[in-house]
Amino acid sequence: MAIFANDRTRVVVQGITGRDGSFHTRQMIEYGTKVVAGVTPGKGGQKFEGKVPIFDTVAQAVSEEGATASVIYVPAAFAAGAICEAADSGIELIVCISEGIPVLDMLKATRYVADNGARLIGPNCPGMISAGQAKLGIIPGQIVQPGPIGVVSRSGTLTYEVVWKLTRAGLGQSSCIGIGGDPVIGTNFIDCLDAFEEDDETEAIVLIGEIGGTDEQNAARHIKEKISKPVAGFVAGQTAPPGRRMGHAGAIISGSSGTAAEKIATFEENGVQVAARPADMPDILKRVLNA
Amino acid sequence: MNIHEYQAKEVFRRHGIPVPPGKVATTPEEAERIALALGGKVVVKAQVHVGGRGKAGGVKLASSPQEARDAAAKILGMEIKGLTVRKVLVTPAEDIAHEAYLGAIVDRSSGAVVLMASPEGGIDIEEVAAKTPELIFKERIDPRYGMLPHQALRLAYRLYAGDTARARQAAEIIQKLYAAMLDAGASLIEINPLITTPSGQLQAIDAKMNIDDNELFRRSAVAELRDTESEAAAEVEARAKGLTYIKLDGNVGCCVNGAGLAMATMDLVKYYGGEPANFLDIGGSSSPEKVIVALQIITADEAVKSILFNIFGGITRCDDVANGIVEATRQFKLKVPITIRLTGTNEEKAVEILEGAGFSAMTDMDEAVRKAVELATS
Repeated sequence: MAIFANDRTRVVVQGITGRDGSFHTRQMIEYGTKVVAGVTPGKGGQKFEGKVPIFDTVAQAVSEEGATASVIYVPAAFAAGAICEAADSGIELIVCISEGIPVLDMLKATRYVADNGARLIGPNCPGMISAGQAKLGIIPGQIVQPGPIGVVSRSGTLTYEVVWKLTRAGLGQSSCIGIGGDPVIGTNFIDCLDAFEEDDETEAIVLIGEIGGTDEQNAARHIKEKISKPVAGFVAGQTAPPGRRMGHAGAIISGSSGTAAEKIATFEENGVQVAARPADMPDILKRVLNA
Repeated sequence: MNIHEYQAKEVFRRHGIPVPPGKVATTPEEAERIALALGGKVVVKAQVHVGGRGKAGGVKLASSPQEARDAAAKILGMEIKGLTVRKVLVTPAEDIAHEAYLGAIVDRSSGAVVLMASPEGGIDIEEVAAKTPELIFKERIDPRYGMLPHQALRLAYRLYAGDTARARQAAEIIQKLYAAMLDAGASLIEINPLITTPSGQLQAIDAKMNIDDNELFRRSAVAELRDTESEAAAEVEARAKGLTYIKLDGNVGCCVNGAGLAMATMDLVKYYGGEPANFLDIGGSSSPEKVIVALQIITADEAVKSILFNIFGGITRCDDVANGIVEATRQFKLKVPITIRLTGTNEEKAVEILEGAGFSAMTDMDEAVRKAVELATS
């Protein structure tokens, strides 16, 4: 089943002719994703790799090719605008890979997406992959294998690390969602937890958090109240100093709030099994799956 | 990006928020001249990017130009929480009848700007939030409509109930504060304290602004406010080259691709009994050049006893990183051992390149971290 996207999802790539956009579109297609259109203003009428039609606007990609999901690889200056264009054109799932979008722009864009009834994943994220079905973003396809674990994370390469460890331990995944490292994002942990709870294929959930904000704490309380499937957590940044942005715009301990210790404690209080190291994750999952 | 109080006050001034006069000095003599021109009592305030300047002795009252000079001589060069004071702001000492707090932040959980006001001014707002949260009043701004006039006035009346003249003054300041925030691309803006003078006038006698780094590409005037002197030189250099580097106190130098993995690597160093020397994210599409700069920065830290590379190749190609390591060690000799872990895109090529140059490579993160910690302590 997987969540948010599957092998029937019709994808348009915004920024398909750019350096990152073209590279990752090729990989998405190779993985089996139904990439039905691309958008680059001024290049409408051309074809990507001689196959995928390119349009000037997302609206055309929707009306001509029936695109329902979009992946955005446009530069930060235009990314919030690209998100709004997708939402306004009837796209249901918008995955924004671009990083460096001003947070004040995102306040408006996230509201606009919600007002149009769309779902946004990201920005500043690796996107998502439904194992064996569709890849919307940049998660390396070869590390993923179909199976019962749902993965949701604020990070990119740390997600790959954990997913790869799961795969090698024989624990495949349903979907892996990178929700992004920015302070203001679209889909959050709770949205993904609810979707995994509903998904028949998912039997256990891995949640990878990091310092900054209260998303993990909110997720922990939500898990206790609403999620019946076992959840295993990891929080990065136990050694991060306060007041410094650890690479991700949202990874910052403000004053005494948003520390890893606080998040881990909230997980434990609410019945989430916490892995001390990424390497412990497979064993925790095997234990909860057999319980 | 943080900017100094004197810079934030310039922004305030441009937006019509009342701030006392004042000028910044880099020498005691300059501070004396400014105090003389201002006349009367002055305050000499350290300009550094840390809170708690007052407690650290970085804010001093002076009743004459001579005293201002002495105060500046004491404060300039002083270290506050590891940062050296290179500038002081000299500003008139105001008579204070009342102190309040005004601020606005980008609130992550509601995805909106939240304005905050409290009658408990002059102390850290986090302290107020912890002890007397009922004394912090908030207005959430809907990004679709911006701040509405009644929201500013409602907040102002929370501070000055029954005093309409003062509430109106405050409401105007609140509107201007919000405008200044949007104009500068700030993620936080604060007046603490907002004072009432004995004659009933409101004034911002301290100012704080954090600018969203992601705004700087479209706000060159704001970007110029960055004071690179107040930051660690290695961090400035790293940023110029597209890397994120944060110096820490340990001795295992870490070089990782991706922020989350970089943090997890530091944590694992600690887990195995070591201390990370730094956070360093070489970013997504890492070229060999970036790796060379990263190694230069890590090896420049004399506390580093062992270097650890942890690369999970996705967009980052392991062979690029391997080439960077080999090229760097051709340019300068490493004085400390290096442990390299790489896996993912072009892993085999990378191993070949490294082994050809006499390095060995590992594929498991835990093994590599354990070894790097061992090498740092042996």
